[in-house]
Amino acid sequence: MSEAIEFLPPRPEVLSRRAAIVADLADLLPAECVIHEARELVPFETDAFISYRRLPLAVVLPKTTAQVAAVMKYCYRYGIPVVPRGAGTSLSGGAIPQEDAIVLGLSKMSRILEVDYANRTATVQAGVTNLSISEAVGVDGFFYAPDPSSQLACTIGGNIGMNSGGAHCLKYGVTTNNLLGVKMVLVDGTVVDLGGKHLDSAGYDLLGLVCGSEGQLGIVAEATVRLIAKPEGARPVLFGFETSEEAGACVTDIIGSGIIPVAIEFMDKPAIEICEAFAHAGYPLDVGALLIVEVEGSEAEMDATLAGIVEIARRHGVKTVRESQSATEAALIWKGRKSAFGATGRIADYICMDGTVPLGKLSYVLKKTSEITDSFGLRVANVFHAGDGNMHPLILFNANDPEDAARAEAAGNEILKLCVDAGGCLTGEHGVGIEKRDLMRHQYSDADLAQQMAVRSAFDEGWILNPSKVFPLDGRPAA
Amino acid sequence: MTLIPHTETDAAYVIRNAAAQGTRLALCGGNSRSGFGDPVEGAEAMSSRGLSGIVDYEPAEMVMTAKAGTPVAEIEAALGANRQMMAFEPMDHRGIMGTTGEPTIGGIFAANVSGPRRFVAGAARDSLLGVRFVNGQGQVIRAGGRVMKNVTGLDLVKLLAGSHGTLGFLTEVTFRVLPVPQSVETIVISGLDDAAAAHAMASALALPVEVSGAAHLPQTVKGRFVGGALPEGEATVLRLEGLAASVSVRAEKLAAAMAAFGPVSRLGPGESLALWHEIRDVHPYADGTQKPLWRVSVAPSVGHQLVAALRLEAGVDAFYDWQGGLIWMRMEADPEAELLRRYIKALGGGHATLMRASEQVRAASAAFEPQSDAVAALSARVKHKLDPAGIFSPGKMAGAL
Repeated sequence: MSEAIEFLPPRPEVLSRRAAIVADLADLLPAECVIHEARELVPFETDAFISYRRLPLAVVLPKTTAQVAAVMKYCYRYGIPVVPRGAGTSLSGGAIPQEDAIVLGLSKMSRILEVDYANRTATVQAGVTNLSISEAVGVDGFFYAPDPSSQLACTIGGNIGMNSGGAHCLKYGVTTNNLLGVKMVLVDGTVVDLGGKHLDSAGYDLLGLVCGSEGQLGIVAEATVRLIAKPEGARPVLFGFETSEEAGACVTDIIGSGIIPVAIEFMDKPAIEICEAFAHAGYPLDVGALLIVEVEGSEAEMDATLAGIVEIARRHGVKTVRESQSATEAALIWKGRKSAFGATGRIADYICMDGTVPLGKLSYVLKKTSEITDSFGLRVANVFHAGDGNMHPLILFNANDPEDAARAEAAGNEILKLCVDAGGCLTGEHGVGIEKRDLMRHQYSDADLAQQMAVRSAFDEGWILNPSKVFPLDGRPAA
Repeated sequence: MTLIPHTETDAAYVIRNAAAQGTRLALCGGNSRSGFGDPVEGAEAMSSRGLSGIVDYEPAEMVMTAKAGTPVAEIEAALGANRQMMAFEPMDHRGIMGTTGEPTIGGIFAANVSGPRRFVAGAARDSLLGVRFVNGQGQVIRAGGRVMKNVTGLDLVKLLAGSHGTLGFLTEVTFRVLPVPQSVETIVISGLDDAAAAHAMASALALPVEVSGAAHLPQTVKGRFVGGALPEGEATVLRLEGLAASVSVRAEKLAAAMAAFGPVSRLGPGESLALWHEIRDVHPYADGTQKPLWRVSVAPSVGHQLVAALRLEAGVDAFYDWQGGLIWMRMEADPEAELLRRYIKALGGGHATLMRASEQVRAASAAFEPQSDAVAALSARVKHKLDPAGIFSPGKMAGAL
């Protein structure tokens, strides 16, 4: 376990009341909704950022918005930190608890409340998984667009917390562009509705502010999301290139030409080998870099769009062009891509970076990234959303070797600084969490951060909501 | 007199002084929405139009950075030269407001101005990637960035978009642009009443044909569009955009499906561009009057019910955009704010914004939809964190904002 990233010291007045707090929570909620035995708390001690873990004081799993409100009202009254949790798939440590915190898990709130095709909306509880929405409406010809790789497990509440993206947001946007409303429990237990089935806000865009706020402004209990009519067909095509630089330049030219595919995914040689060994997706192994470009629409439309893309790829010396010939093949191509993190996890421990860079800097940043990992004596695999410049270098290391782990963290920090210096940002879709918290000053000035923190305080003056996350621990406003 | 700083540093200086002295500032761009919002007493006007010019434009990256006071016309010319556009299709308010100012890009984002494509392509706020602004303490703050995917920290960009100059003085904006579609066509279904039109539009949006505009133009307004060239009867119009080959395939498909609702005709690219431009700018109500004009946003399926209910009790003329969810509503005499807002609530919620009215009417009716107590209190706290001295147009947006 790493120790480089600090957590806030536990509040002694909370720790000392542990037994009383557990008893009070048991009064507020049904027995099966409160977890406090040390052994049962273990599954909640970390998320997908597994290098760090902390046992929480207790875990509550409310079943209704009213129960969420009751828990918040109680925690607000006694100044008990609350760490919201969806499926615990955060890659930045956003759901890692702390010793004096109640984990508020939304997993028991997993009902789809309403599907409204006339208005193309779905209203769901926060614990509904991302994929289950598309599954529920797919038979009627609709889908929910944001598709993070963890979509089988991750929840809408967590997606809203992190403003999650996915491979297809090049065309359809990220969570914030597909979110119409939330029912949210404020820190003091008040329940508010922001947005709804209508568009835009009557006043300040608090919905836009809440999306991506990493559980620090309130607990999202329900959400209304936008549904989209499914395209007639979709076809992923593989483009193999000799080098990463050629593939990167091709991406810039495709976008620059005015063609916007639904997705452009990038894999370098190590990533291709790892994913192919796992998924047997038919990826070419004799290339240095691979693009998965997906187009959609009718057959005629897909043919027309693809013809334009192929022409651009030829100008960049593409070695292999392979169209999927069937739905099964298409599914395999995506399976390979979406299992990239899991497949990598089978061969080594890894940390996944998430910086975004301007498209014109893709090739430069790729080259610098390998220079950085080389200088630390580490291996890197790159698999990411190239169409919007959202990079995911996976830095491979051995978690049993503390020095190797420390080197990986240090290399990751260098890569993220590189992304910021290239005109990009620290995180495109995974969130700041604890992972990138102490790098925030590299992207923002003290005044920028102070303004964000002041706005955060407008929602939670006492900073009890997910308190160790996002903002550097020093320089926070006094409660 | 209007304060017109020519540098961000000057703007910060002016605002710092104003905060120290408690001087109220009414922030604006080119004033093309002059007269909109609740009246603010005793404020000095401060315009961003001295901060002008495109700072950075990378067509290949589909991103532009411009100073807030840059005229929209200049932005559109630069984009047009590269066959790019703002996908959210910002409207020009001068027609309905009877104003003459030069719309600025900062004003577009400060008011979150969007047009017909908004319901599928997002609002201005969805295209806004980053801002620089001066807060109420005279500090220059940077939020967001210039990349499309960015979840680093709190999204103050969304907060500033649509804050109508009550949270900060925008000095620079960075936004995403998109290629201009190669072709455009419009399917017209004639003779549908409002309810049937809502049904037809919902059916069209459920088809995999990527409708990028869906409006219903009742008999009272229809003649005002494309020089009266639309066919006999009410007009329900559906726009298709994209590669020419693809548009014609989709148009065939959509026309076939819509034939079940009524007689179908088609408009080619030239007439389509004119039509959607006029819908965007609310052409029928650019009438040189001060009759109360509402912009109402509700769930698309209830828009026509709202209008039908109001018609029983008030003199109202209306047409629909965004599949029926955006209603432009001109009242004959009284704005009927209370009645309108009661029906909106009864039909599941939404908001009504009074875009235009005489001074007496504006003094008596809140321009922005009043919010629940909890949301209003929260918004007031947010305002206080950005503008602690309360100098940026206090009271312009409902209550304390």
